[in-house]
Amino acid sequence: MSNTTDKMGSIADPNCVAPNSSTTKDRGLALLKYVLIGTVFGIVFVKAEIISWFRIQEMFRLQSFHMFGVIGSAIVTGIISIQLIKRFNIKSIQGEAIVIPTKEFKIGQVIGGFIFGLGWAITGACPGPLFAQIGSGYTVVLVTLVAALAGTWVYGRFEKYFPN
Amino acid sequence: MNQFIGWISQSWPWYVAGPMIGLTVPALLILGNKAFGISSSLRHICAACIPAGIPFFTYDWKKEIWNLLFVLGTAVGGFIAMNFLANPETIVIADATQEDLKALGLTNFSDLMPLEIFNWDIAFTGKGILFFVIGGFLVGFGTRYAGGCTSGHAIMGISSLQWPSLVATIFFMVGGFFMTHVLLAPLMRLVGF
Repeated sequence: MSNTTDKMGSIADPNCVAPNSSTTKDRGLALLKYVLIGTVFGIVFVKAEIISWFRIQEMFRLQSFHMFGVIGSAIVTGIISIQLIKRFNIKSIQGEAIVIPTKEFKIGQVIGGFIFGLGWAITGACPGPLFAQIGSGYTVVLVTLVAALAGTWVYGRFEKYFPN
Repeated sequence: MNQFIGWISQSWPWYVAGPMIGLTVPALLILGNKAFGISSSLRHICAACIPAGIPFFTYDWKKEIWNLLFVLGTAVGGFIAMNFLANPETIVIADATQEDLKALGLTNFSDLMPLEIFNWDIAFTGKGILFFVIGGFLVGFGTRYAGGCTSGHAIMGISSLQWPSLVATIFFMVGGFFMTHVLLAPLMRLVGF
């Protein structure tokens, strides 16, 4: 969860982990870079078999190191990158100071996290791999995507009834 | 060129894939001051398509269009990898996992996905309801309640050394272990495996 005040005030509730901290609006071709980063990300997901339902089962059965290696080394790379950005005060290419959203502890991270984990072990996919699975030709995962949208919507609709 | 394609068509080891995924964090920060997170895309799609006057979905989703373009790219990447860089070798699944899954009634271990589950023929049967509808619903509901998924919490959150994200990640794993070791076998029996 983020308690970062969104400068543009566009998200009514800051309960969003990927807030847009940029004050510069990307237009036209500038938006293409997000498609490209996503494309590389999707290729990695398939080539390292992260989209595989079997790899997720191996992980939860502690029968392969692969997924732990992927997640662990991704985190280490992320930690080093963010430390470098902070240490050298690196700015975004738009010249803005880089904002790292603050995550505030809420009980939802425990309850919601557990619920997501249940779903992750059934579908063999967290949200990123869902999109990569569909693109790879496992079109039946569209049903999973629609169900995930329904889950997101139901959470949003009844948000006030869930402790957080 | 063909040699290069042949070389990258093998399956990639974790120490190549993990750092590449980790580099998504600084790439998004430096190229657009954007925090890495994928489950937010599900919220933006709800906000764009069926906001229904719900406060949680009433915001300017167009400002977050980058996130939707990112997941569009992820699907495109999946398409490219599968159609142009496909691994000619069969996936190698740990023997112990194959044994465990055989006991649950799966027999086909030749593809990235168990084809007995991931096909349209079972989509609207009990099996499909478990693996796609219930599974997907739990993913969408859980990630939003937790405020993020593996990317937003496990990678972005822990990378920026925030303990709430570590808590979230621990509970992702607890949920996954509980489903795999306790609930999955009876649920699969229930739907006819």
